[in-house]
Amino acid sequence: MNNLLVLLMVVPLLVGIFLVFIPNYIHIHRWSTFVSLLINAGLSFWVLQHIVNNGIVTVDFGNWEAPFGISFVGDSFSVLLVLTTNIVSAICVLYAIKTIGLSREKMYFYPFVLFLVAGVNGSFLTGDLFNLFVTFEVMLLASYALITLGGTKKQLQESFKYIAINVVSSSLFLVAIAYLYGLLGTLNMAHLSERIATTGQTPLLTVVSLLFLIVFSLKSGLLLYQWLPGSYSTPSPAVAAIFGALLTKVGIYALFRTFTLLFYHEQQITHLIIGIMAAITLIGGSIGAIAYSNIRLIVSYNVIISVGFILVALAVMNITAIEGAVIYLIHDMVVKALLFLLAGSMIYVAKSERLGDISGLIRNYPVLGWMFFITVLSLTGIPPLSGFFGKVLLGIGVIEAKSYILLALSMLSGFVVLYSLLRIFMSCFWGETIISEEEEIPLKKSQLIPSAILVLLTIGIGFGVEGLTPYIQDAAETLMNPEIYIDAVLEK
Amino acid sequence: METLIIIVAGVLVTSATYLILSQNLIRVILGTGVLTHAVHLLIMAMGGFSGNVVPIIGEKGNTYADALPQALILTSIVINFAVAAFFLVLAYQVYNRMNTDDLSKLRRYYHE
Amino acid sequence: MKINEVLLQSVTKIIVFIILTLAIYLFFSGHNNPGGGFVGGLVLASSFVLMLLAFDIETVKHGIPVDFKLVAALGAAIVVITGLGAVVFGEAFLTQTFRVFDIPVFGLIELSTVTIFELGVSLTVVGVVVTIILSISEDVS
Repeated sequence: MNNLLVLLMVVPLLVGIFLVFIPNYIHIHRWSTFVSLLINAGLSFWVLQHIVNNGIVTVDFGNWEAPFGISFVGDSFSVLLVLTTNIVSAICVLYAIKTIGLSREKMYFYPFVLFLVAGVNGSFLTGDLFNLFVTFEVMLLASYALITLGGTKKQLQESFKYIAINVVSSSLFLVAIAYLYGLLGTLNMAHLSERIATTGQTPLLTVVSLLFLIVFSLKSGLLLYQWLPGSYSTPSPAVAAIFGALLTKVGIYALFRTFTLLFYHEQQITHLIIGIMAAITLIGGSIGAIAYSNIRLIVSYNVIISVGFILVALAVMNITAIEGAVIYLIHDMVVKALLFLLAGSMIYVAKSERLGDISGLIRNYPVLGWMFFITVLSLTGIPPLSGFFGKVLLGIGVIEAKSYILLALSMLSGFVVLYSLLRIFMSCFWGETIISEEEEIPLKKSQLIPSAILVLLTIGIGFGVEGLTPYIQDAAETLMNPEIYIDAVLEK
Repeated sequence: METLIIIVAGVLVTSATYLILSQNLIRVILGTGVLTHAVHLLIMAMGGFSGNVVPIIGEKGNTYADALPQALILTSIVINFAVAAFFLVLAYQVYNRMNTDDLSKLRRYYHE
Repeated sequence: MKINEVLLQSVTKIIVFIILTLAIYLFFSGHNNPGGGFVGGLVLASSFVLMLLAFDIETVKHGIPVDFKLVAALGAAIVVITGLGAVVFGEAFLTQTFRVFDIPVFGLIELSTVTIFELGVSLTVVGVVVTIILSISEDVS
């Protein structure tokens, strides 16, 4: 059973490696990628069931016991995210099959996607800080390759900055790890948590925790998001969807993990700073989303707003807010992928990214228009779509914590999301048709199916949230009570 | 010994910062390389410097070095090697396509 | 101006074998002494790089008709599969084992599965390093 946890990272890795051997059989590339991601999703669902029934699952690599070796730890939070990652990336691959073009497929597109997913899954599952660094790098290297794939001028310009930022932040990550090792002499997260709890969170440790905060903020786009809109709006839509859905979420996961498991003793310092950063992120993201009139940039700024929104929960740190954040994370992965895919389809049919150039698409592409509308509703949090429950729970949590400024900002940001996306909807789908019947680029059904699946998924999560509740409660429970995690890892 | 290593790491970080903030593609890449090496030195200092003993038990009496910082540094060297290689290839491609190695000419492609 | 490369070429022909021997020595000594797959692989790769410097790319490609991307992939596959091998036997992922064999002529020899793992590591290193060097140098005319 326990080794199943490793398979979640190893299956995509192994399939990706085998695909490198057969660069000319693109058909095999396409479908084996899709199928292996689905199999992985099935496996993670199985593991999730096991965790909810029997508690946290751990694997010690090479039978080196927990504080000494590297271990993978699967709790509900991480495996829920792994499950969503696999489903969302499988659907993005389905979209890529139809849109990305043969030349990019031949440049090992599918192996890189698989390596990216392996890195993301590994980051969610690892129980060791240094191993988190390694899996982060696996993910980032794959993302460097994906962001430059195709090599258009625009991509080369933006990717250089993306890589430079990430290399510097990785170095900072290592600095933080080095300090932590020097102070506490271990890097296993459970062991670290135990040692911090016994010695108390000294001022030095708080400073180190702030270093971690900076590193993960860079990766997740909390406050330090300036690199994000440029680099997320240049690659092809399928890649942008995978990035928008997965990459920032890994940073958010790392923030949740470190600040609930390790550095939760000095909340009046660390969590206050997180709160301030989240507030500024919400404001900055909102300004960006309103200010630009380029579809892809608006969509990218929406990613930033949701990062700020989710981290409000970490700032207030109570169980209701954390539950809300977990639901909202899952919802956000699905809907952000959907948003990027739809934006990609719109740009594909309209041949322009600027709002002013596009209008009246609803007459030519009614299905696309209505799917976009549902996405807007879901992102804003209209019941019964998936965004609603996360927002409500998070809102209740923030009210319980009496942080009314954060409450006001996070709810106002909802209006900004609504406004910025309705602006796209109204200017692109309403108005006079600019594309005549003859010029109309046919939007194949196969290009709409992936988006349709994601729309069904967001409706499904909305209606089926009762079914998800046990997993989410278990996830929030483990996050709020570090002892459960420590006991599972250190004493079997 | 640790003090010396920390000072060296500090000097390296200083020069890396200078290089990364410059306008030249290659200088930025060299800067990231220097920065990672400064970090490796820091890891070594943080793990505690234990003289000329090896991380193998029983090789020289009863003392042995802490193996973990060495493993961390090795892993990090491997990763940074891969990243630096990719980065260099990318810089080469950028230079090929844009005919410039000046970062200030690589501003935002689309202005509003 | 054409540079006379006779010296470099004839020295390379000898040196490459010394480097290869060193690589193999480092590779096998890695089990209990300093050395190992990564260092061995790097030294091995350096011999290829030396050949690329002394002769041109076409000659080396003709002499060693291997796609180094595949070498890297093969190495990575070996690493992952040895890790999974332990799973088949019901142990934790990446568990390694060893046994001492009595082989005629050589005497007692300790054979371990770590060596297979290390082989994967060194193949990956060789493949990646040479691929990178080739991808930078190939279109410089």
